Amino acid sequence: MSRFSSADYLRPESIDPSAISAWGLLRLRQQLEQGLPLSPRPYQALAERTGLSEQEVMSAITQWQKQGLIKRFGLVVKHRTLGYTANAMVVWDIPDEQVQTLGKAMAGVPFITLCYQRPRRLPDWPYNLFCMIHGTNRERVLAQLDSLIAEHNLQHIHHSVLFSNKAYRQRGGRYVSHD
Amino acid sequence: MSATTESRRQSPIADLNPVEKVLINRLQHGLPLVRRPYAAVAEELNLSEQQVLDAVKKLLAEGVLTRFGPMFHAGELGGGLTLAAMRIPEADFERVAEQVNGFDEVAHNYRREHELNMWFVLATETQGAIESTLDAIENTTGYPVYNMPKEQEFHVHLHFPV
Repeated sequence: MSRFSSADYLRPESIDPSAISAWGLLRLRQQLEQGLPLSPRPYQALAERTGLSEQEVMSAITQWQKQGLIKRFGLVVKHRTLGYTANAMVVWDIPDEQVQTLGKAMAGVPFITLCYQRPRRLPDWPYNLFCMIHGTNRERVLAQLDSLIAEHNLQHIHHSVLFSNKAYRQRGGRYVSHD
Repeated sequence: MSATTESRRQSPIADLNPVEKVLINRLQHGLPLVRRPYAAVAEELNLSEQQVLDAVKKLLAEGVLTRFGPMFHAGELGGGLTLAAMRIPEADFERVAEQVNGFDEVAHNYRREHELNMWFVLATETQGAIESTLDAIENTTGYPVYNMPKEQEFHVHLHFPV
């Protein structure tokens, strides 16, 4: 078991972000894009690399999370390596006035990993809601889709399932994962 | 990563030990923003701080995790981000995939089972560069690109239990 003092649980004090050096913040962002240091005090390590204080680093990150600049903070899994090899993009042609309701409902379904409204490209592409389902195999994904359709009464909504079995390129890092 | 290296390495399924499984499940929910976050997670999971650090390092080295830390939202950083699709005849697919992947702005490229069979995410430094990059891809490949930028995101809780 690790032993550490209650001070180690300290949360960031509220520091006025405008008081933190702009250059320091830029350096911090560049450092963070490479990932969080894997040392016991990662924010201290970042502080040493950016010229900020540990508190300033933690405050800046808190602020960025609040602003939505940092979307998630944790690990990014290579889902294929974890056995999630069936990746399906399920696209729906949903009447515009229902997109809001159905989009929210689908985003709440545990096995849906992304849910976006995107423009139709008529006549070739009639779909306006895109959901991603990652599953351990194709049959499972299709069964999950069936249950989703039944539960949310989507039988009358035209949809298409686009499985992918080949990633031609996958880059992590700075950008939000879309796969 | 080029098309060829990625396709050769179609990732084997990782053999995870119990500590790794517990950690992966826990860390997908995020890391506490405290001075010693690894120690805090370790205490939660009844592990040592060193065990947590070692396991994360190992998982990164083995490629089970692609990254550890904050994910910046490309759109919010002022850059451009979009999803685009193309309809490529089978005989031409590999050639076009190489060409599309040759663009630095292409972040992911997936082959999918549909008439529109090539789907890629484009991430550019500026919003304006989306349009010009898509034009360049059309000119290079000789095929039209369907641009499908996000209009609205419905937020999900992303989690892959292992």
